[in-house]
Amino acid sequence: MELLVASAIGVLTACGLYLTLRLRTFPVILGISLLTYAVNVFLFSSGRLTIGAPPILRDNIDSYADPLPQALVLTAIVISFGMTAVVVMIALGAFLGSDDDRINDPLDEESTGSGETQ
Amino acid sequence: MSLFLIVALPFFGALLPGLMNSAGRQACAGITFTVSLTAFIGLLTNLPAVLAGEVVSARVEWMPSLGMNFTLMLDGLGFFFALLILGIGLLIIAYGRAYLSRKDNMGEFFTYLLLFQGAMVGIVLSDNILLLLVFWELTSLSSFLLIGYWKHLPEGRQGARMALTVTGMGGLALIGGMLLLGQIVGSYDLSVILENRELIQASPLYLPALLLILLGCFTKSAQFPFHFWLPHAMAAPTPVSAYLHSATMVKAGIFLMARLWPVLSGTPEWFYIVTTAGLITMVLGAVIALFKHDLKALLAFSTVSHLGLITMLLGTGTTFGAMAAVFHILNHATFKAALFMSAGIVDHEAHTRDIRRLGGLRHLMPVTFTIATLAALSMAGIPLLNGFLSKEMMLEEATHTVLFGAPWLVPALATFGSLFSAAYCFRLIGHTFLGPVRDDYPTTPHDPDAGMWLPPAILVVLVVVIGVAPFLVQDFVFLVAKSVIGGVAELEVKYIKIWHGLVPALFMSIAAVVGGLLMMAVFKPALRLWDAAPRPEAKTIFEGLIARLVSLAEGLIHGLHNGAFSRYGAIAAVTIIGAGTYAFVTGTVGAPTREMQPTTPVALAGWAMLVAATIAMVFLHRNRLMSLILIGIAGLMVSVGFVFFSAPDLAMTQITVEVVTIILLLLALNFLPKHSPVESSTMRRARDTVLAIAGGLVTTVMAYHFLMRDAISAPISEFHLANSYKGGGGTNVVNVILVDFRGFDTYGEIIVLGIAALLIYALTETLLSGPVRARLLNRKPDQPRAGDMHPTMMVVLTRVIMPVVLLVGFYIFLRGHNEPGGGFISGLVVSIAVVMQYMASGFNWASARLRYPYHGIIGAGVLIAGLTGIGSWFVTKPFLTSDFTYVRIPPFQEFELATAALFDLGVFLAVVGAVMLSLESFSRLARRAHTPDTEHAMDIDPSRNDPATPAKGGL
Repeated sequence: MELLVASAIGVLTACGLYLTLRLRTFPVILGISLLTYAVNVFLFSSGRLTIGAPPILRDNIDSYADPLPQALVLTAIVISFGMTAVVVMIALGAFLGSDDDRINDPLDEESTGSGETQ
Repeated sequence: MSLFLIVALPFFGALLPGLMNSAGRQACAGITFTVSLTAFIGLLTNLPAVLAGEVVSARVEWMPSLGMNFTLMLDGLGFFFALLILGIGLLIIAYGRAYLSRKDNMGEFFTYLLLFQGAMVGIVLSDNILLLLVFWELTSLSSFLLIGYWKHLPEGRQGARMALTVTGMGGLALIGGMLLLGQIVGSYDLSVILENRELIQASPLYLPALLLILLGCFTKSAQFPFHFWLPHAMAAPTPVSAYLHSATMVKAGIFLMARLWPVLSGTPEWFYIVTTAGLITMVLGAVIALFKHDLKALLAFSTVSHLGLITMLLGTGTTFGAMAAVFHILNHATFKAALFMSAGIVDHEAHTRDIRRLGGLRHLMPVTFTIATLAALSMAGIPLLNGFLSKEMMLEEATHTVLFGAPWLVPALATFGSLFSAAYCFRLIGHTFLGPVRDDYPTTPHDPDAGMWLPPAILVVLVVVIGVAPFLVQDFVFLVAKSVIGGVAELEVKYIKIWHGLVPALFMSIAAVVGGLLMMAVFKPALRLWDAAPRPEAKTIFEGLIARLVSLAEGLIHGLHNGAFSRYGAIAAVTIIGAGTYAFVTGTVGAPTREMQPTTPVALAGWAMLVAATIAMVFLHRNRLMSLILIGIAGLMVSVGFVFFSAPDLAMTQITVEVVTIILLLLALNFLPKHSPVESSTMRRARDTVLAIAGGLVTTVMAYHFLMRDAISAPISEFHLANSYKGGGGTNVVNVILVDFRGFDTYGEIIVLGIAALLIYALTETLLSGPVRARLLNRKPDQPRAGDMHPTMMVVLTRVIMPVVLLVGFYIFLRGHNEPGGGFISGLVVSIAVVMQYMASGFNWASARLRYPYHGIIGAGVLIAGLTGIGSWFVTKPFLTSDFTYVRIPPFQEFELATAALFDLGVFLAVVGAVMLSLESFSRLARRAHTPDTEHAMDIDPSRNDPATPAKGGL
């Protein structure tokens, strides 16, 4: 089970990284969202994996999942929504203003472009 | 008067000139003078204690954990310097009033001057070296402002920048040196440091500390090879030159050397570095000064030379040297400030300071002539003036100083320097004031008002009085010298006399004066020789050095930070992966302490879906709508994973956030292109793939290691689990943590969320009021549009479901404290209910029914949460302390009332407001674009089949 979670985090990170390195805004935003999942799941897993023991206090039960990472990740999820919304708005504003959704400055496109052909 | 007040007065007083600016120049200068005078009198009230040999001190704990305390002390040395700073400051203020023209902003000038004065007084009265450093930096800053006071002059700006660079760099070194010194002694209090001579000099850190401290002192006091900034600082108004660059700021380095003399001096390192630097500076400054044609440049280099002289005296490490240094500081401050002020008068009246264009001023400006001549003769070392006495003492000390094993070296160089010193003084008098009256001055000069000549005249009176009757200041000089020496050695009392008999110093003095006169006789050929000789130009070297540093920094920055986001991303990823791998490889990992839990088929299926969706996203990301669906699957699987691993709250949050995020991205995709073109080369894609796989691998390995081991110490969650019900009154520990244990954290987060939403709103407003608006109005949809704008089924369904969803939200909110739920989740659920109305029935329909603006809801939420927190102050508890009680209102069951629920209400409102404001902003853009959106829901788009409407040409 641990291996599944660890590899899921890895896959989310890898795909998120790849998409973050694309040249258009939309894939980059999706890439950042994938990275957000990866980070949230990683933080959550710092409480280790517990099955069937939610941190809701019950009589006669004294084994619970670690509540603190859950609380921290909960706010992180909400904040990351706010962040995504702002980034999307910026991307949208840039596209509407210039009819271009490239992520890099045009000048540097050229310089990196020439660097790639070498 | 309390020492605090003496230091604070100039700082607080600095507010006044600016305020008084409109009340006229007289009022402005008058208030500045009053402030300084009050501080001066305050200082004098401490005179009896200082004369009695006491050390007056004042102490306030500031940051005791850092060893940084606001501690002031006043001993002989501090008193002496404070007297110079405040006393000459008074004369400068009076002089500045007359000097500044009507065009200059006097309030600004005096503000800077008082700031500088406060910082300077702070340096000399600090007992804590960290405090001293703060004041030290303040003098650098305020002198930058003063040198660059005439902002319109390029020389002023360049000079100010150079001074700041050099002294700022030295200040940095000084910080390092002082911290080392504090480390050695274990205290940052000067009074403690000065007691620990043996400890400091035996420490291996002595040499680095000494070098760094001397770097700070030498840059500040313009010692070779850092002497070059001082002449360029002469672009400042003359009162500034007279104050900062003769009497006070450049003496700060000297002061610090004198202050630390008891603990740093007496070692070979100190002797060789300080004496050599001082000697070179003295000779070099004197030689250059002779050939300068600008009066102020001549005086600047002469100041450099005299600072070198004082440094050399401190370097010898003998008590007589220290006493001579103290005496020369006093004498130099008097005659040099007077000379600067005289140069300012000449400049002010004749409109030139070029010696070659002057001459014969003796007849036109008799008063100025008298003042300048007496001061210059004192500087040249003519008997019966104070400069003679201290120069004689210097020469006397030089005859006893053996540098590099050559007993003749120091006396010869000292005499040589004195010779040039005498020569430039004679040149100053001869070429400016003597000779025939000329008829080609820029304007015909005459003596100024008393306001301008009185301040230097007062100083010249001191020059003569000390010169004739040195016994008047003798005891004071002894007192100051004793406090320089500290307890290190007994001051060897040598009385200051005009006539010592036929000692070697007298012959050296005579040689210098006669040589100076001879030098004047051969000045013209010497000048030709000087002009022909190649010399390094310090300014060019300095600027070349700066330019090289800047281009180096630019090369580095532009390489890393060239405006290409994907490059930053790649650099950051490589760095993080590299650093993490290095840490992982070099660190140690213990054996696994946890058993791997068995995999169930359900978990495996969920994992497979998550991984498949995520990987598919990479391959299908060019189809943006498809990738949106795929990320929805990934998000759903993450939520399911949270449920599976005992985190119901997280799952609820994740799934609701997922819904609003997808709606948001859909709204954005409405405008953005629906496909991403292939742009990057195969090489680049391969590079990114390698990077991505590396990143994925390291996170997998790290997460796996992490999951297989227990925490190295008991997590604090035990506390939360144990106290959630007892202290917080709730059984849902996650919710209790959010609204109670870590309530302040949550409070910050809802504020951040609110700010993000407001930012989105502001961006939308900007877009809609700018050129984008026209583009949006003219925009043609790039996709065929649905036949029915508001499908009946959907409208009916959403309206029916609305109360149900609201009820669910309400329920989730209420039970949040004890069961999964709470403000965050119910806020998201309610937002979804409202968003559904926007989607189904249209923007106009929904916003017409909107009672409260979303900004207000965010504000109300933050306010309620904040007030709930503040409420606990009324029962004298810290911010956000929660309380709860159980009540029973028949016929209901007993239920709980907690202040945390009120806080959660704030969270709820803030979340609803923020989510709705974001989504609403996006849909406002959409509304502008697709024009016909009617008030009526459940309609058929009337324009759809109308071929006359060009906007629908897409069909």
